[in-house]
Amino acid sequence: MTDYASVSGRIFDIQRYSIHDGPGIRTVVFFKGCGLRCRWCCNPESQSGKTEIWQRSSLPEEVGYDVTAGEVIKEVLRDLPYYRRSGGGITLSGGECLLQPDFAYALLSLAKAHGIHTAIETALFAPPSHVERILPLVDVVLMDIKHMNPQKHKEFTGQDNVRILENARYVGEHAHDLVVRVPVVPTFNDTIADIGQIAAFARRLPRARAIHLLPYHRLGQDKYTALSRDYGMGEIPTPTDAKMQSLRRAAETAGLPCQIGG
Amino acid sequence: MATLEKLPYVIPKSPRIERLIAHLYAKMPEIEPYRAELITESYKATEGLPIIRRRSAAFRHILEGLPIVIRPEELIVGANSVAPRGCQTYPEYSFEWLDAELDTVATREADPFYISEDTKQRLRTLHPYWKGKTNSDLAAANMDPHALDVFLNHGVFTVGNYFYNGVGHLCVDYARVLREGYSGIKAEAEERLGDLVVASSDYCDRRNFLMAVIESCEAVICYAERYSKLALDMAQKEKNAQRKAELEEIARVCAKVPKEGATSFREACQAFWFVQQLLQMESSGHSISPGRFDQYMYPYYERDLNAGKITPEQAQELIDCIWVKLNDLNKVRDAASAEGFAGYGLFQNLIVGGQFPHGGDATNPLSFMCLEASIHVKLPQPSLSIRVWQNTPHDLMIKAASVTREGLGVPAYYNDEIIIPAIMARGLALEEARDYCIIGCVEPQIAAKTDGWHDAAFFNMCRPLELVFSNGVDKGKQIGPKTGVLTDFKTFELFYRAYCIQEAAMIALMVNAINAIDAAHGTRVPLPFQSSMVEDCMAKGKSVQEGGAHYNFSGPQGFGIANMTDALWAIRRLVYEQKRYTLCDFKEALSLNFGKGFPKKVALEMTVAAVAKMALEGKTPSENDIKAIYNRLVTDSGATKEQKEKFEGMLRHIDSLEKYGNDIEDIDLFAREVAYSYTKEVERYKNHRGGVFQAGLYPVSANVPLGAQTGATPDGRLAYTPLADGVGPMSGRDKKGPTAAANSVAKLDHANASNGTLFNQKFHPNALSGMQGLAKFAALVQGFFDQKGMHMQFNVVSRETLLDAQKHPQKYASLVVRVAGYSALFTTLSKSLQDDIIARTEHAWNR
Repeated sequence: MTDYASVSGRIFDIQRYSIHDGPGIRTVVFFKGCGLRCRWCCNPESQSGKTEIWQRSSLPEEVGYDVTAGEVIKEVLRDLPYYRRSGGGITLSGGECLLQPDFAYALLSLAKAHGIHTAIETALFAPPSHVERILPLVDVVLMDIKHMNPQKHKEFTGQDNVRILENARYVGEHAHDLVVRVPVVPTFNDTIADIGQIAAFARRLPRARAIHLLPYHRLGQDKYTALSRDYGMGEIPTPTDAKMQSLRRAAETAGLPCQIGG
Repeated sequence: MATLEKLPYVIPKSPRIERLIAHLYAKMPEIEPYRAELITESYKATEGLPIIRRRSAAFRHILEGLPIVIRPEELIVGANSVAPRGCQTYPEYSFEWLDAELDTVATREADPFYISEDTKQRLRTLHPYWKGKTNSDLAAANMDPHALDVFLNHGVFTVGNYFYNGVGHLCVDYARVLREGYSGIKAEAEERLGDLVVASSDYCDRRNFLMAVIESCEAVICYAERYSKLALDMAQKEKNAQRKAELEEIARVCAKVPKEGATSFREACQAFWFVQQLLQMESSGHSISPGRFDQYMYPYYERDLNAGKITPEQAQELIDCIWVKLNDLNKVRDAASAEGFAGYGLFQNLIVGGQFPHGGDATNPLSFMCLEASIHVKLPQPSLSIRVWQNTPHDLMIKAASVTREGLGVPAYYNDEIIIPAIMARGLALEEARDYCIIGCVEPQIAAKTDGWHDAAFFNMCRPLELVFSNGVDKGKQIGPKTGVLTDFKTFELFYRAYCIQEAAMIALMVNAINAIDAAHGTRVPLPFQSSMVEDCMAKGKSVQEGGAHYNFSGPQGFGIANMTDALWAIRRLVYEQKRYTLCDFKEALSLNFGKGFPKKVALEMTVAAVAKMALEGKTPSENDIKAIYNRLVTDSGATKEQKEKFEGMLRHIDSLEKYGNDIEDIDLFAREVAYSYTKEVERYKNHRGGVFQAGLYPVSANVPLGAQTGATPDGRLAYTPLADGVGPMSGRDKKGPTAAANSVAKLDHANASNGTLFNQKFHPNALSGMQGLAKFAALVQGFFDQKGMHMQFNVVSRETLLDAQKHPQKYASLVVRVAGYSALFTTLSKSLQDDIIARTEHAWNR
């Protein structure tokens, strides 16, 4: 048997008592490194696969560190009583967890060995082989679909959506359980037409159970300053409740239940 | 996870309730002279009688003479004061403090009371009679002089509560009063009186006690009859037909209960209320706890409901009326105590859910309706609690979580799975333990059989550490043993042993003080009415205060455990392992408050002392010299620049160490040891009523006033600032969220602190939004309880707190808020987003 515990990977945070990243009370492991550069990204420190220095308070700090799957699982297991009571577990988030497939595989295998529910939050910008390998170990996939138009996708995330949609179709066929999540970003995809197209796509995925619309927020803005980077969204306002409700209704006409927020 | 579609037992609120509340809170509460005058008259007339007979005679005289009032629209009647939320005074316990505060009690900051010039005059006239006759006088005389000095002058522990007031802190046999009425209780006393053996050695004690019980029962029956007549008089004058009918019903009910047993839910509610009210007329003790209200009231509700005599809406209105009435009772405390118990609290703990004595879940519709009543009434009383165990129904947990979300701090959650074994270890039978209720803040006991003397004292666990640094000296006086000079402590074990020795010595003094007060209550203020509803008193022929109850405990609680854990840990790591600092470095830093300056009041006292010392040395400092001394004390405690730099480094090193509350095995297990240093020492002692001591771990709100008497501590806490509350981590030091903090707290041996532990957590209401939010919240509680935590309660925080969190983010590192579709730690958000959430919160509160 492979020694999963000693497989190492690079993360930038482990957040306990997360209550909006899958069912129940969860511990979220934030992987470092992502192939996309979404302008609205609220975790800009997750994007580079390298460790970096940022300054959030008076002293500069290193963001990103290497750990073994065994060390992470030890931390994750500390909240086992709460997973049992709530149906929660571990969520791999990021960054993009599918870009560190060995580490993700090891973590999920160890979680399964302890009977812990597993989830991933992914944008699916990763080689299909990684998706195929990881998917059987995941109880619920929280999968981002940001836009159906490849040019628009490229403009706002740095990459087109061809590979993402291919992976999405595979996941849509093979996932145990699947939620399609859409970050609703003004000037990018906050129209009834855009959301309607995503919802129609999601409806054709046999495993998809629901759509979650996640309203754009400015939580990450300070982090760009800390990393000495420019914030790509400027002063664009967050979507109003009324707007979100109209988009939710539009999404539901495609046939899947839709909620606002995760 | 599966969740409920909607909340269970959402019952419309009767419009009457808001009007009752508005009437109750229309004015500042008032002090009334009636009880004090009546008891003085009675005591003067009964000087030749044994004390227990004097007590019942006084009780009767009070209930015959006290003005009675039915407030507008009330259905449940009976008030201890004419003015809403007013109070009487209890000069037989103590009066000097009130006499001194008569002119300031209306204008003080904490819990002010209006008092008329007439009342002041009447109290001043009667007070001299009580000089030398109070319970407090006898308690002081009973005490070892050294223990009295440490209690009054050194702030290591305080036994002030029962030194100045009644004890309260019990749950009587409400079920029996509902079932048999006071005529039933009186009949037992008469039967026992008839069975007394004339030649037995304790004949006179038993006879006096039983006669006092009979007189008390008669007094209560007469009192209820006075209400019946008043209601009838009012009905005759009433124009409104509906109110007229209500008053006639009140007249009928009060003529029947609590004299006879109740035969309807309505009667049971009124009977319950007279018990609850009059226990607090007999004595000034607080925490008179209704206990398992949902259990003993349910048979009456169920019967009426099945017979079609009552609807859930009508029953809910009656329960809501009781909830309002529980806020009508009040008590005036001395100015210092009022700060410790701020909020006019009487800690009437009422608990729902849990198990039957023979096992199985005991939840019933009333359990839900009690929770609903707290949502309807939104007042501080009752202190609502819920028992949680393996098979607590999910919908009850969700209903309870929805009450928590209201932000009232109720219900408190209690874990059957640890409390039952904990109290069995103190000698309770399994069936009794399964039937436990909670008294006051967090103290478990079996109702109707126990005099728990919970809350016997607060013990400041930080002060013994100060005594180690001073070799037992406080304020220039040797109050503790000489444990050695700092250079003697070659190992951490030796240092820690010195802490335990100082702590044990102070505990011994505290036990002496507690037992002295306990004995005084038995001698001076036995309570025959209360004792008539506590098991074994009639069989033993003794009042509760003389040891008549079946179970007798004394429960003093230690607090500051998080501070002591972090402080001793800092010494272990920085002095003995890393060898960065010496104990002398710590002593220097603590005495100079890490160079951070002293509060103005303290600085002023220190300046005066310094000037006096200079005068003794023949020096006369100029006014400017004196100002300079004072200013330095305020700004940097008089530390030099080098010292300040050293202290800054020290604080950084302390800050970087592990802290209790972050789910770190080593330090959490050390916290358990530190807790044992208190709990295992306390449980060695016996009390004056033939029972044992059992420790609790919680400060109520004393961590603030007693923190203000505590110098800087080696955990980096500055002098005179609050100590950690309850058994939780020091505020701001738990940085890994609520599950990690809960896991740390669960590492303590809660069963050994069988007088109760208290764990506060803070949440924003939005973190509990939606049915999913409630379910996850319930899972958090149950996850903590699965690890054998004992108690949990939640401050669902307000806008004011959020504003404070903006100003002092270091104090709120673990505050969870819901932002949009997610939750986050409040202090990690940008200022603008914080403002946004605060604005939103305000909106939510103004709905």
